[in-house]
Amino acid sequence: MTRAAQSETTVQRTSSDPLLAIETERLTKVYGSGNTEVIAMQDATMRVRRGEVVALLGPSGSGKSTFLTAVGLINPPTSGRVHIGGQLVLDGPLARTNLRSFRRRHIGFVFQKSNLIPFLTAAENVRIAMELNGETRRAATQRTVELLDYLGVADRANNLPSMLSGGQQQRVAVARALANQPSVILADEPTAALDSHRGRQVMELFAKVAHEQQAAVIVVTHDHRSLDVFDTHYEMEDGRLSLATPKSH
Amino acid sequence: MNLALKDIRHNLGRFALTTVGVGLLLMIVMGMGGIYRGVIEDATLLIDRVGADLWVVQRSTRGPFAEISRVPPNLVHRVQAVPGVRTAREFVYHTIQRERAGKPLRIAVMGLSWPTDKGDWLPLSAGRHLSQNHFEMIADETLRLPVGSEITLGKETYKVVGTTKNLISSNGDGIAFVTVQDAQAIQFDISGEGVRLEREAREARGESFEAALTQPALLDNAGRPTGELPAIARPQLSAVMVTVHPGTELDDVTNIIAGWSDVSVFTRDGQRELLLKGSVEKIKAQIGLFRVLLTIIAAIIMALILYTLTLDKIHSIALLKLIGAPNSVILGLILQQALILGGMGFGIAYLLGQRVFPMFPRRVIITEGDVAQLGMIVLLISVASSVLGIWKAMKVSPNEALS
Repeated sequence: MTRAAQSETTVQRTSSDPLLAIETERLTKVYGSGNTEVIAMQDATMRVRRGEVVALLGPSGSGKSTFLTAVGLINPPTSGRVHIGGQLVLDGPLARTNLRSFRRRHIGFVFQKSNLIPFLTAAENVRIAMELNGETRRAATQRTVELLDYLGVADRANNLPSMLSGGQQQRVAVARALANQPSVILADEPTAALDSHRGRQVMELFAKVAHEQQAAVIVVTHDHRSLDVFDTHYEMEDGRLSLATPKSH
Repeated sequence: MNLALKDIRHNLGRFALTTVGVGLLLMIVMGMGGIYRGVIEDATLLIDRVGADLWVVQRSTRGPFAEISRVPPNLVHRVQAVPGVRTAREFVYHTIQRERAGKPLRIAVMGLSWPTDKGDWLPLSAGRHLSQNHFEMIADETLRLPVGSEITLGKETYKVVGTTKNLISSNGDGIAFVTVQDAQAIQFDISGEGVRLEREAREARGESFEAALTQPALLDNAGRPTGELPAIARPQLSAVMVTVHPGTELDDVTNIIAGWSDVSVFTRDGQRELLLKGSVEKIKAQIGLFRVLLTIIAAIIMALILYTLTLDKIHSIALLKLIGAPNSVILGLILQQALILGGMGFGIAYLLGQRVFPMFPRRVIITEGDVAQLGMIVLLISVASSVLGIWKAMKVSPNEALS
């Protein structure tokens, strides 16, 4: 089958499954060239449906973050494709749409640390994501209150990030990730800076969000203690992605 | 949401200190401009205020403000006889330095042609104009000679009867106005010993003079006071100031006087131009160049400050890009901060300058035009200096938010 034909098949397949939120096809990322060439990720293929929570496991340097930044349209792959919500957005390094605008509307991010803009309060950190997406101030403020309340940090709305605990910061970051009701949430080791109790709380929060908001969630983690929270586990080793547990649906 | 203001609020102390620093720098830029204008204003003030249409000076000299000019006192009468001349006044002008209260005191002495000129054209800040031919003085406030105070110059003591404000010579010395006779007395004052020595020298010369051998009575004349000797002219003037009748062609009067072989004649604008192109030009150029340098330095410092402020926000900028902020939002963040920094710095410069500049020994003149011009310069500097920060911000990858 030709490459063009493969592409056509892919588009038809993704569009035929309205619940498919993320589909990656043979993502490969190569840094450098010749003697200095390093393959960070090779043929990584993954499909995640709306409402599904996926854990991406693997040792440091295995390519997890490379995969996540490719799916998050931050660091395009050298080859392979990324479909989000049935739309082809990355064809190798080529963007098929305005990536920044697409990220704003469809993807929410949560990271290990330094998640929040230090000069904005918790509420402003959430509101900014909506205002950037063209939401009116009134509507953005209303939804911010709802989100912070939903995540249990409404009482810290007017505090700067430096006045929040690590767990509270992560909750605010999750609220911001949810602000524009994205179809995809990507989290890179979101519990690394938290104790096990708070770490589990955050993982459970992702599961709750995924199920209640019908978002596809991929969480990169080292923490094996909370794996029961996830619907699916993928493992990454030496840049190769493999399904560790069968999908529950 | 205004991110620029939020960031400033978060780093208020540092931003305030930076703004004050920029403000002080801009105040110096503003001050240099004010000093530059003050030098020009001081240099030309007397020419403008004294109200002469023409200046008649020693032949081939550039007038009393540029160099020494000596014309005979009777020139006043010759000029007065020229058709179209309304008034011809004596002008005596020289600078002296004396000590007062242990400190050097430099005075630009100007003679007023009493009784036609009692200094009525002088804008007094206190006291009155001259009311007698001798021993009264109108002094500029910069001389720190208040009304009622007395100062001894030569052999006479002068009483200050009035004060003026901002009447300063091109060298920055306050001007004291006395009558022409007093100004000449101050200028040509000789000590008692000097008078005695001059008299003895005169008598000695007389003894070898052939006429004195046949007419010994002539030697008695040599011993009389200088002013009583018919052979010795009255002290000379610096120039003659001329006003013409309304409706008289200035060129006609100028051409007549210019035809005299012992004098040169300048219009008010000509004298003004001579002054600006002569003694003031170098200091004007020096201050002007210094101002340009300071403006460039201010721009460089502002660029470095804004670049540093941007570096401090790199992670936040990366985060904003990651969550999808368009470039316009990030550009706006840096540009607004640059404009706020420049605007507030400019405001501080203006307000501080209003308080500080009057304390300067020479006048610092800030006109509305200068303020507007500096405002435009600050606006341009702010935009230009933010370019480096914007360039850095545009280069930031959203990836950096993950590190």
